[in-house]
Amino acid sequence: MELLKAIVGGMNYWIFIILMMIGLYAMITKNNLVKKLIGMSIFQTSILLFFISLAVKEGATIPILHHDQAHAKQGDHGEGGKHSDPSHKGKEAASAIEEGKEKPSVSHAGSSKIDPDRFTNPLPHVLMLTAIVVGVSTLGVALSITQKLYTEFGTIEENEILDQLKSGDD
Amino acid sequence: MKALGFIAVLGTGLLLLAASRDFPNWGDPDSPASSYRLSRHFITETINETAVPNMVTAVLADYRGYDTLFEAVVIFTAGIAVIGILRRYGSRNSIPSARETPLTPKKPDLIVESTVRLLIPIIQIFALYVIAHGHHSPGGGFQGGVIFGASFILLALARDLKAAQNWVAEKRTLILACCGILIYAGIGVLCQFLGDNFLDYQILHRILPTDPVMARYHSILVVEIGVAFTVTAIMFSIYSNLSSNGKMKEGI
Amino acid sequence: MEAQGPEGEIVSQLWIFDLILLIFLVLTAVISLKVRDLLSAAMIFGVYSFLICLLWTGMAAVDVAFTEAAVGAGVSAVFLISTVLRTSRRSSD
Repeated sequence: MELLKAIVGGMNYWIFIILMMIGLYAMITKNNLVKKLIGMSIFQTSILLFFISLAVKEGATIPILHHDQAHAKQGDHGEGGKHSDPSHKGKEAASAIEEGKEKPSVSHAGSSKIDPDRFTNPLPHVLMLTAIVVGVSTLGVALSITQKLYTEFGTIEENEILDQLKSGDD
Repeated sequence: MKALGFIAVLGTGLLLLAASRDFPNWGDPDSPASSYRLSRHFITETINETAVPNMVTAVLADYRGYDTLFEAVVIFTAGIAVIGILRRYGSRNSIPSARETPLTPKKPDLIVESTVRLLIPIIQIFALYVIAHGHHSPGGGFQGGVIFGASFILLALARDLKAAQNWVAEKRTLILACCGILIYAGIGVLCQFLGDNFLDYQILHRILPTDPVMARYHSILVVEIGVAFTVTAIMFSIYSNLSSNGKMKEGI
Repeated sequence: MEAQGPEGEIVSQLWIFDLILLIFLVLTAVISLKVRDLLSAAMIFGVYSFLICLLWTGMAAVDVAFTEAAVGAGVSAVFLISTVLRTSRRSSD
């Protein structure tokens, strides 16, 4: 089982590196400008995948608190206090103790303390979320430059554009 | 060229593969990124400090507000750059090399039009839900803005660019984009006027009838709306420029 | 994911799904760069984005997956298609 885990974990990283290589190869050698941009996007997504994979924790759930946890916490400062009536608190504590059986080191005394190991790391998610949207707008800029080149040269093949530029110099 | 590129790519890839042995194990809870106290603080304290159950939204709009503000500015700048590169006003320079005519003769298709007419309100309602409910479920300004912009793009694809521009004219699009940035930056400046740091929302409890925690909660919503304005407008603006080759007359 | 069973159980449940997604990811990336018709390349790139969205959902990054589904599979494919239709559809490589 340990070997399987190591292979599965390593496999993800290897695939990301292979995707990065595919993207970089396309950016360097492809002749068509749109193909180059698709390669650039593949390169970009491989890096995003790597960042998100750093946030993965085994046995952790999505970084959104469950309603019960949220309301129990919000009861502390008056807002939504009506949700945390005593019977509810008791249920929380019971479930907390149940959780505590698996991990005795974490003490769930009274209130439902949020265990950082139960949630994935939200920070890489935030960074990559904005990067995706910025990526698409920069893709838009690159595509607009491609269209401009097409109106100037009548082609989006790199070598034909270079030939026209060379013959224009002479 | 091809061989040279292949060698460069292979070299980079092999270096990274060799380095991948030093990466943390897959899903390791004790990896440096996960065990650092900043991300632990985000997970445990977000609900106490901002009352937002979705940590990603809270970190996006509150803790890393600077970052998000300037990401929005980058998107805005990209939209302006597309206009600067591609937009051609009037018919002074008529370069015939670009494909001027629409590729297919536009005939209103009954099935497509009826489906789109039914679908667009639902898409827009969903986009608003995604923006407004970003505190409790996945979503927020970026996603909602993109979905809202996509509804206009769908209209432009199904009918033509004119139909979509009857809803959001070019000038109005840009005003909307500017409004988004101004809403976001305005919240930050308002915090400064009240005597705290730029984008430190908790000081806003002085003018909002709530406590500091809920002031942060509500400011996050306002900020998300600003981001959504910008993203909606810029996505549609980029699409309409790209699809009409800067003429804003006929789409694809 | 809720039930945190013995060590490694989650991995053994999900790794086949993960492997299939990763193989398809590489395949779509290669195909979208190999195919000569640029319109097909743009469409296959949309499929690639959607597979990445699925992969992120598996990694419990729902916000990012949502963004990728809206942006990558939706808007960026439309941008590529509109450029391809405005310029030329054929690619030399």
